[in-house]
Amino acid sequence: MESVVKQKVLALNGDEAVAYAVKQSDVDVVSAYPITPQTIIVERFSEYVANGEVDAEFICVESEHSALSACLAASAVGARTFTATASAGLALMHEILYVTSGCRAPVVMAVANRALSAPINIHCDHSDSMVERDCGWIQIYVENSQEAYDSIIQAFRIAENQKIMLPVMVCLDGFTLSHTLENVHVLPDGTVKNFVGTRQFPLVTTHEGKNVPLRLDVENPMTIGPLDLPDYYFEHKRQQEEAMRNAPEIIKQIHEEYARISGRRYGDGLLDSYRLEDAEIAVICLGSTAGTVKTVVDDLRNEGVKAGLLRIRTFRPLPIEGIIKALEKVKAVAVMDRSMSFGGHGGAVFHEVRHALYDAATHPHVVNYVYGLGGRDTSPSQIREIFNDLQKILETGRVKAPVQFVGLRE
Amino acid sequence: MTNHEKGWKEIPIAGVCWKPTTAYKTGDWKTYKPVRDPEKCTRCLMCVIFCPEGAIHWKAKENDIEFDYDFCKGCGICANECPVKAIEMKLE
Repeated sequence: MESVVKQKVLALNGDEAVAYAVKQSDVDVVSAYPITPQTIIVERFSEYVANGEVDAEFICVESEHSALSACLAASAVGARTFTATASAGLALMHEILYVTSGCRAPVVMAVANRALSAPINIHCDHSDSMVERDCGWIQIYVENSQEAYDSIIQAFRIAENQKIMLPVMVCLDGFTLSHTLENVHVLPDGTVKNFVGTRQFPLVTTHEGKNVPLRLDVENPMTIGPLDLPDYYFEHKRQQEEAMRNAPEIIKQIHEEYARISGRRYGDGLLDSYRLEDAEIAVICLGSTAGTVKTVVDDLRNEGVKAGLLRIRTFRPLPIEGIIKALEKVKAVAVMDRSMSFGGHGGAVFHEVRHALYDAATHPHVVNYVYGLGGRDTSPSQIREIFNDLQKILETGRVKAPVQFVGLRE
Repeated sequence: MTNHEKGWKEIPIAGVCWKPTTAYKTGDWKTYKPVRDPEKCTRCLMCVIFCPEGAIHWKAKENDIEFDYDFCKGCGICANECPVKAIEMKLE
């Protein structure tokens, strides 16, 4: 068992923490287009390249569609690649998100979560990445800048794992994390380099009948992701689903291996809970909101209320069994959604948590709170109101409104 | 779908082609096939040049051409371009 490595503490905001992690992760190609609140990632990384601090190629492009296309192509020849975006930039990548996962290119991307237009808004919500939940990318939502740093390093290992070979999105809340200075513990360069290692390639059989590594190579020509008619498209999609099913155990292993070196753990790597063991009421959320929920949980615990928190770290793949197990003893659950599914009777996280619980032996009451759209501040008092609602549900056994908006003016 | 097609565990990931394109006999798409009258044909090779599939081969040694019906899709461009009208499109 390795011992925890001595680490430097740097004052970094979330974007800088991401750029620093990418610098240490031995990347070959970065292509990105600046967009608020992700811009600092691109600025810092291009400075690293210009200063000769990193042996990587930075490709300037005219749009996010091209940025991801460049990363996909570089990844296909065997490069380790990274990009970053937000909001409209992620929406513009939409087509290539599917191409990247379909070509099984292990690109890593940071998303500094930001609302989608219109009306135009540069602040945080999860509309941009939630809408991409079906595109075949692994999605990790982080709570703070430290976790952003740690998750980027883990993401390269996850993406390039031979049983996964899927791109990974690390989502950090725009401004709340991207632009907020934090003390971030950083590992030594050599430690990170050893941890990420060199990229490995699964073997595939080509049209020449050769069994060769999956990458474009003039010595072993191959065609990746061409026309796939009704006879095989379905089979290729099933392969992607298999990779997602392989992912949870591997994400946990990589998270644990990293924890032994860094001394930092985020639950089991899939789900992170706080004072949930004996909780009767609980809030489920993603991202930085978990920090606010924790302080409210502490306050309520001091008052004798059995409150807890479950933070979903990997929304894709969704750890269904873990969610069922974590909520076994909980009687009422509030799911917080920082995006809308218009006309969908609640947000995406709510839909999926309720879906997961359908197979549970006992069902807690599950209610939904849509919050924080367009960067609307979410205060501890609002979280407390949510817990108060859960207590009322516990007392009366009745749910008044399954879907509500918190922090909205009537 | 036929039974000999492979399952998802048997094919390479990432949509990598495991068969050369020549394994797909696209010639079976055609309704009309080109048939040449060797008496009228002057071996000008206009048809060889115009064929969008490269499905008309020039055999230098024999000073002749040959249709490759495995890949000819029956578009009829050769018949249209033939300056001496030596190619006729016949229903297969």
